[in-house]
Amino acid sequence: MRGMLWCGLVLLMVGMLVAPRAVGQENPYIVAYDHNLEEPGNLEVEYFSTFGTQRGGPDFHGFWSEFEYGATAWWTTEFYLDAQSTFGESTIFTGFRWENRFRPLKDEHFVNPILYIEFENDNEADKILKEVEGHDVESDYAVPNAIARKEKDREMEFKLILSRNYKGWNFTENTLAVKNLSNQPWEFGYALGTARPLALKGASHRCNFCAQHFIVGVEMYGGLGDRYSFGLHNTSHYVGPGVAWNLPSGWTFRIEPTFGLNDQSHQFLLRWGASYEFSGFGRTVESLFQGHGE
Amino acid sequence: MNRRTYRWVGVLLGVAVALGLQAQTIWDGAVYSELAKAPTKYQQMQNPLANDAEAPMAGAVLFEEHCEECHGKAAVGGRKAPTLRAAEVREARPGAIFWILSNGVVRKKMPVWSKLPEPERWQLVSYIQSLNR
Repeated sequence: MRGMLWCGLVLLMVGMLVAPRAVGQENPYIVAYDHNLEEPGNLEVEYFSTFGTQRGGPDFHGFWSEFEYGATAWWTTEFYLDAQSTFGESTIFTGFRWENRFRPLKDEHFVNPILYIEFENDNEADKILKEVEGHDVESDYAVPNAIARKEKDREMEFKLILSRNYKGWNFTENTLAVKNLSNQPWEFGYALGTARPLALKGASHRCNFCAQHFIVGVEMYGGLGDRYSFGLHNTSHYVGPGVAWNLPSGWTFRIEPTFGLNDQSHQFLLRWGASYEFSGFGRTVESLFQGHGE
Repeated sequence: MNRRTYRWVGVLLGVAVALGLQAQTIWDGAVYSELAKAPTKYQQMQNPLANDAEAPMAGAVLFEEHCEECHGKAAVGGRKAPTLRAAEVREARPGAIFWILSNGVVRKKMPVWSKLPEPERWQLVSYIQSLNR
């Protein structure tokens, strides 16, 4: 098992060293998803961070890594590693997630659906707030790490992503349904987002600071209760304007100050991320075994 | 040679194979048949940037950033995607190329590029057509 892990790590490193960079065109969303999948064979390595204020407890810093791979032009798969630091308490690893997004329709339509399936294996100390679901409220995050980390949280999460690109704008809506595998009711949530590049035309020279590389947007997300108490009662909601800077070198940086919209929400979250896209990663790894492609 | 040496030889061979990936694949003309599938509405579209002298240059930059990895430098073709200097592309309507960019051919690994704003897609069309003049 350890050998396989090392082998995987070596392949990852070799692939990342050999694969050329690819330029992203990422929207600034941290929580919402659009219908733009990863290009086939590309690997995007991402780091995200969320600083959160906490009433009734210490502030925290949730952070996670994502490895996003374009398996085909209609299937993107992604692996997450989550962790958090609660100030004055401890820094802990909280679990992993495996996410898959599928594009069922082959052409671009008025609205483009994406089916999303994720398995989460983490604990109750997880504070990355990658989604808000059910009756997630601020007070849930005040439980000390030593207690919260003992409670396992295994969930299946399903999303229907409806998104459209129109005249440079992206509009997206995500509906979320989550089932905790330990016999708890279905929980629901939502995310909405819109974004647009600062310029719609590309510049005739290569540049880092051209307006086309900056995409600004806003997203809003929150819980919608559970199967027995569907609605807005005792739920939290957030809104965050954000900006993404897609550099020609393959790097993307995002930042999003986020504000809680009711008393059940964290008052303020500062979210940011950095990612790098490796082009042709899959082919590189494949060729290590085959010597030639299709 | 002991086992350790074999292992190192294996690793070096793997890296060499990976580096040798740049060799090109010969694509047959059937890959261009998707261009003919563009709906009439698209076939009749004119490139709104056809008279923009900067459009092919901007398209070249976009091509380098988003397309070159598959279609090769200056669109001469690569292992993942065919050359765009073929007669089929030369004869294609601008709207048909725009339609392929906007919709992709997802079952054949060509991604959807609707995430690029429409003017950028038209700049790419200008560049691709400039290659075939």
